[in-house]
Amino acid sequence: MSAAIQVEKLSKIYRLGEIGTGTLSHDLQRWWAGVRGKEDPFLKIGETNRRDSKGHSQVVYSLRDINFSIEEGTTVGIIGRNGAGKSTLLKILSRVTAPTSGIVKIKGRIASLLEVGTGFHPEFTGRENIFLNGAILGMRKKEISRKLEEIVHFSGVERYIDTPVKRYSSGMYVRLAFAVAAHLESEILIVDEVLAVGDAEFQKKCLGRMGEVSKGEGRTVLFVSHNMSAVSQLCQNGILLSNGQVELTGNAASVIQQYFKTGYDNDLRPSVDNYRSYNNANSPVKLTDVFIKGFETVIPKLDMNQHPEIRMKLEVLEQIKNANVSVTFYNAEGVKVGVAFSWDDGFFLSAVPGLQELRFRLMNTILSPGLYTVSIGINQSTHTTSWDGIHHYPLFEIENQDNVKTFTHRSWGTVHLNDNHWELLQS
Amino acid sequence: MTQLLKNTKQDNGVEKWDMVISGKKSLFHLNLKDIWNYRDLLSLLVRRDFVSFYKQTVLGPLWFFIQPFFTTVIFVIIFGNLAGISTDGIPQPLFYMTGVVMWNYFSECLLKTSTVFKDNASVFGKVYFPRLIMPLSIIVSNLIRFGVQLLMLLIVLLWFIFFENYTFNPTQYILLIPYLVLIMAVLGLGFGMIISAMTTKYRDLTFLVTFGVQLLMYATPIIYPLSAAPEKYKSLISLNPMAPVIEGVRLGLLGKGEFTWSALLYVSLFAFLILISGMLVFNRVEKSFVDTI
Repeated sequence: MSAAIQVEKLSKIYRLGEIGTGTLSHDLQRWWAGVRGKEDPFLKIGETNRRDSKGHSQVVYSLRDINFSIEEGTTVGIIGRNGAGKSTLLKILSRVTAPTSGIVKIKGRIASLLEVGTGFHPEFTGRENIFLNGAILGMRKKEISRKLEEIVHFSGVERYIDTPVKRYSSGMYVRLAFAVAAHLESEILIVDEVLAVGDAEFQKKCLGRMGEVSKGEGRTVLFVSHNMSAVSQLCQNGILLSNGQVELTGNAASVIQQYFKTGYDNDLRPSVDNYRSYNNANSPVKLTDVFIKGFETVIPKLDMNQHPEIRMKLEVLEQIKNANVSVTFYNAEGVKVGVAFSWDDGFFLSAVPGLQELRFRLMNTILSPGLYTVSIGINQSTHTTSWDGIHHYPLFEIENQDNVKTFTHRSWGTVHLNDNHWELLQS
Repeated sequence: MTQLLKNTKQDNGVEKWDMVISGKKSLFHLNLKDIWNYRDLLSLLVRRDFVSFYKQTVLGPLWFFIQPFFTTVIFVIIFGNLAGISTDGIPQPLFYMTGVVMWNYFSECLLKTSTVFKDNASVFGKVYFPRLIMPLSIIVSNLIRFGVQLLMLLIVLLWFIFFENYTFNPTQYILLIPYLVLIMAVLGLGFGMIISAMTTKYRDLTFLVTFGVQLLMYATPIIYPLSAAPEKYKSLISLNPMAPVIEGVRLGLLGKGEFTWSALLYVSLFAFLILISGMLVFNRVEKSFVDTI
């Protein structure tokens, strides 16, 4: 097999600060510096892109000397924390923006899906938008006509196909938009985390379709996601980006494991901001910190029988009422161990503006030994979008500190099932 | 170099790539073939512009007529009656409406093209297609609008012929009108693209442009015939590439206008140069404007 995509020494530089305003004065200063024979005052490069440490330069590398190649017909997951350079890489591969240096060589047609429903016009009917969106994504008219029925069927919105999409529910909108994208004919498909929207059933359908795409038709798929179980399900290989550089490439499982491990490198707790998963600017509440009680600076090792007590620091900006807080646990393999919703436990979070601290204690489950990450969401209600949240934040490690010592090298599973009822029934 | 699997080279040791993305901006790589591949998108965008225009307004396509009609009425009152500016013996409504309809096309093309990056930032930031498609779709959708307005002009012309005893005396230059419209489109597109590229860096230019186009109208023989312009300004006005276009259309349709073949050659060359430089600048900016806008 040969490479479908080959990336060589790819770099992308962004200028920090208020881009787009005041550039005329910057340009004049630059020009003046040039006249006097001095060097460009704004070009101080040479720092990697770490958001938690304040850099001195106005310029950062979003990607720095990236090299990798992707084989034809494989599905590759691109993972990394926020700001690791995933989006920049996708933008360059989809030709939305140009790299600062380096080259990408591509074999075959490339279709990218950085967003569903790009160019949808609210006044247009579903059918008209299929054509418009399809054409924007690079399909020819007759190609779309040929596939129209299939697309409509896949979307499952047959009844509304001649209704303007402004009357659609957001779910229908996403279904229709993804249906168009799913029928693109290209050798390479790039998918950003667009499936985060839409209901679970449709998500499954899309993931299925993507699997079909890569396995059935021999297509190469690049998949970016925070959803590690989706990545491990779909992808054979993975690329882990961190601070604009390739940290690891290899099979998906090993890359995912590395992804979870990176948070634990020095046992010091990383900043929550690097794990924020929602960028809701108008959010009335912000999750500023999460830690295990008693371990404010480190990722602690807890005993299995200890009930981990999680403290969440909230900055409430506007009064919130009856919010539904969710805490999801993932193990080191990326498997979702379980989700705790505050509403299930009869807790409705209401808080007045100010700094608040929320306590959560995992009571009835005993987690098996290993590293754990948590995702926390503060949700407006049962199904609407989150106000704020973090994703896969490394929080603690569970150890078997010799409480369960019946035998060594035992198998664990995701949770430890103890206190079970055993009985030999007399026959 | 990290590789996921061993990269076996093809037989001759040289791999064939369909596309190479790099940061290098080759100045003359215009991707015209790519634009041709996306021609369906062009027609769909034109349709979108047209449909969305009448779907969102109460009066719908009537707006196409209202603006030039009332502008003509105002011009007749102010410049024709109050100021008493000559119209070369042509009935004032006909004289002004011809100028207004023509000027509208040029200024719409220019203004819409000049904001193309800003208006389409959300789409441009998410998906690749030849960016030039957008300005082209603006030129074409405005052409349709222009056609509708031209129809109105012809109706007014007929009305004058039948009810106002106007003797219709077109000249052979009427055959030049399609070419002059093309020149206008090219000028609007070219200027628009240059400005659009500059506005991605300097936002305040947008205001200057709206204002500038208004001023430019007065430097074009719209409300006066070139023949009525004072001698000392005449050569200056003739430098304005829109002047021969407007005068030529009037000469063809209404029989009066100052138009020479050398002026035609001048605007043709001017339009061509503007188009080429517009495309080059646009091509340069389109690759990375996403990062700055």
